[in-house]
Amino acid sequence: MTYISKPKLRHPHLKTNKFGFTHRDYEGAVSTLCAGCGHDSISAAIIQACFELDLPPHRIAKLSGIGCSSKTPTYFLGNSHGFNSVHGRMPSVLTGANLANRDLIYLGISGDGDSASIGLGQFAHSLRRGVNMVYIVENNGVYGLTKGQFSATSDRGSKSKKGATNRDSAIDMVMLAMELGATYVARGFSGDKAQLVPLIKGAIVHRGAAFIDCISPCIAFNNHPGSTKGFDYVREHNEAVNRLDVMSPRETITVDYQAGEVEEVTQHDGSVLRLRKLSEEYDVHDRVAAMHHLQKSKAAGEIVTGVLHVDREPDDLHANLNTLTAPFNKLTEKELCPGSPALEKFNASHR
Amino acid sequence: MSRPKINDFVIKFANVNGSGSASANQLFAKSILRMGVPVGPRNIFPSNIQGLPTWYEVRVSEAGYLGARGGVDLMVAMNPQTWDKDLLGIEPGGYLFYDSTKALPPSKFRDDVNIVGVPLTELCNREYSDPRQRQLFRNMVYVGALCALLAIDIAEMEKLIREQFSSKDSLIAPNIQALHMGHSYASEHFDCPIGLQVRRSDQVGERIFLDGNSAAALGCVYGGATVAAWYPITPSSSLAEAFERYCRNYRRDRDTGKNRYAVIQAEDELASIGMVIGASWNGARAFTCTSGPGISLMQEFIGLAYFAEIPAVIFDVQRGGPSTGMPTRTQQSDLLACAYASHGDTKHVLLFPEDPHECFEFAASAFDYAERLQTPVFVLSDLDIGMNDRLCEPLVWDDSRAYDRGKVVSHDELEAGAEFGRYLDVDGDGIAYRTYPGTHPSRGSFFTRGTSKDRYARYSEAGPDYRDNMQRLLRKFDTARSSLPKPVIREAPKATKLGVICYGSTSAAMTEALDALEADGLHLDHMRIRAFPFCDEVIDFISDHERVFIVEQNRDAQLRFLLVNECALDPAKLISVLHYDGTPITARYIIQEISQDVAALNAKPKKKVAP
Repeated sequence: MTYISKPKLRHPHLKTNKFGFTHRDYEGAVSTLCAGCGHDSISAAIIQACFELDLPPHRIAKLSGIGCSSKTPTYFLGNSHGFNSVHGRMPSVLTGANLANRDLIYLGISGDGDSASIGLGQFAHSLRRGVNMVYIVENNGVYGLTKGQFSATSDRGSKSKKGATNRDSAIDMVMLAMELGATYVARGFSGDKAQLVPLIKGAIVHRGAAFIDCISPCIAFNNHPGSTKGFDYVREHNEAVNRLDVMSPRETITVDYQAGEVEEVTQHDGSVLRLRKLSEEYDVHDRVAAMHHLQKSKAAGEIVTGVLHVDREPDDLHANLNTLTAPFNKLTEKELCPGSPALEKFNASHR
Repeated sequence: MSRPKINDFVIKFANVNGSGSASANQLFAKSILRMGVPVGPRNIFPSNIQGLPTWYEVRVSEAGYLGARGGVDLMVAMNPQTWDKDLLGIEPGGYLFYDSTKALPPSKFRDDVNIVGVPLTELCNREYSDPRQRQLFRNMVYVGALCALLAIDIAEMEKLIREQFSSKDSLIAPNIQALHMGHSYASEHFDCPIGLQVRRSDQVGERIFLDGNSAAALGCVYGGATVAAWYPITPSSSLAEAFERYCRNYRRDRDTGKNRYAVIQAEDELASIGMVIGASWNGARAFTCTSGPGISLMQEFIGLAYFAEIPAVIFDVQRGGPSTGMPTRTQQSDLLACAYASHGDTKHVLLFPEDPHECFEFAASAFDYAERLQTPVFVLSDLDIGMNDRLCEPLVWDDSRAYDRGKVVSHDELEAGAEFGRYLDVDGDGIAYRTYPGTHPSRGSFFTRGTSKDRYARYSEAGPDYRDNMQRLLRKFDTARSSLPKPVIREAPKATKLGVICYGSTSAAMTEALDALEADGLHLDHMRIRAFPFCDEVIDFISDHERVFIVEQNRDAQLRFLLVNECALDPAKLISVLHYDGTPITARYIIQEISQDVAALNAKPKKKVAP
């Protein structure tokens, strides 16, 4: 298999955004995933989110690990730099990249094998450091590229395509992210683009560690009866706690809601997350209560989706390290090298 | 009594870890330096924080021999646990200095060693009531006594105490008092000075006294590193810690208070090198520092950096391996692990600093090499130079020196229509051009990956594309060959067919060994290798000699392996001299090994006689 670029032909009246980009400018190469793969829907949602947010495509860096999900950055944002790193280690590469240039938007794409097994450590530590990023796990509960082994997010008791039953309990990435201090946590479903696009937009405008667990059925190996990550199962058990709209700083709000129905959270760039509650009791700002709700729903076999947690005052790694506002990769000898007089002094103090 | 040894002896302090002896011992070493006499100190310490034995050895050498010598002329035996072994280590006619508060039976001493007993505990108990003070000042009391015994100018010691405690004024007077207590006691009770004496000289000159890890850390500051990611491991941790300390001093914006650096203590070595690769990919200068086990953990990422061509600077402060091995002892045993790190066909640039001066220089230039060659660069120092203060040439920086950021295409060049292929060999040196992420809205972006690709960074599993890329990587390695630091060659005063090669921290012992062998009439040309891949000078040197000794601090002759493997040399003429017990190599050992080999060579073969 080699690379297939997409033809440049486009409809002359395609809608453009603020920068004059069309939807097509956010696309990448032709996907080589299986036809109908949930991951392709997530790629489409990322394309739409970036288009709607008027982001210059080259100001985004997309990084991934290894696996089906990690292949997808080739299939969106063709004008962005991409980095397909090693299995389970995308978070460290992304962290380093973020330190070098804080001005770009960092999109980390991973899967459940990549982040819940081999990369669980790096997943955890990147979140607890508060790296400003969008970390998406395309979660299908199965190893696709190696043909159908259970992953660490497979539910206990779920069945593989070959009929084997999973004996180990599942790692819940959302619960982990909440526990580890991610400041924006959401769960989406690749089969619900209307819900997913705003979740991604919200994660992008959030400054801090934003994590999205996106259930994304593997149609080749995990979409059969007995699977808990298939299209039918997820649709039947999906409990959305809210609906999100992301308003850019300049957008006027046109839709009116009843008082108390909508909550607004302003992000550092002035964007507003408008959360329409679907569940009375769910409070996205109360980390402890939210975790409690998630546990209860999980025990009842429900898959909770939506924005699950937003920290009103998020911190990020650069703030914690008190770094310069200018990107490190723009600094020169002038800003970095103390020069020979300082070295003379240093020598003198070591005699 | 024989003639006194002046400015040429070894004194060793046997202490208990955690007893506060380190700073007193260091003051002692520095006082001799201040008298213009070179010293080479070494900490010999266990993997332990408190309680186990630790030693501090000071080689005093007017001739400037800073390598370990072997043998002890004066043992300061402050640790009852190691008494017997310490006593045995003293050269005949040497001295034993001990705390004579409690009488010891004659069986605890040796007849051929001079005994100097000072009742340290008794003196301190009389003077101090606080138990911690009794312990700490006891160290200063023995230093004071040694000043008298060895004729060290006590004024130099007082000055050093004032400098040391300049921020804690209240400690100056009591330390000086303790110093004098020891000095007076020794002056009154012994015929001072003894047969080992320090005499003022001018052999230190402008040289500085610094450890290699600090020097390397400062080199990273001067070399423009902004991102450091590391995981604690002896003997490299002090490098990262020193970097952070120097950055606080040199890299904090005066107006805004903001930092022009980031140091991350990562969750492990895998994350450390991952962060370095991410930062370097994005155009910052980044490094990690580790030791052997960390290098093993980084293997997969190192292969990615090699194949995807991302700069990375990796310091390996080597220790005794394999596995946890001897974590607080020194070796040069990671050459092969670094030279061929990772799976598949890989090879990497290695630099071998000999002392802190070169640790600084190579650290700074490692970033130039890494960015110029777009590949990982390893700086291989070791515990001996990394964690010990070493007298070395002052650090130098030419203010006109510009960082070599390598081949990077700018926004304007892309805008002007420059052709860009990430893996396109435009200049024929195997090095392609790269762009930083976010440079241009529609040109110059590419996908970085560990999978094979074509010259335009497009995913490809086509055989010819893969081969083309691997061949270019070899051309790049050839480019590295001639651009790295050249070997340093010292020719013998007389023409000789014998050569000797060493690298890294061995150089101190090597210089001493060469002088001694020369004085004995055995002449060898010497080459100190400073980088891998090897340049032509290295091959020429070996070709020009009939027999070449290769002196290494590992079991498996790793440099010799590299030479044979990479340069197609005749292995029969390469004779290994290997030292790998975890102690630093000595001139005595080198002299003995080389002399024996040469003697055997010169011995006439016996005639076969029929039975």
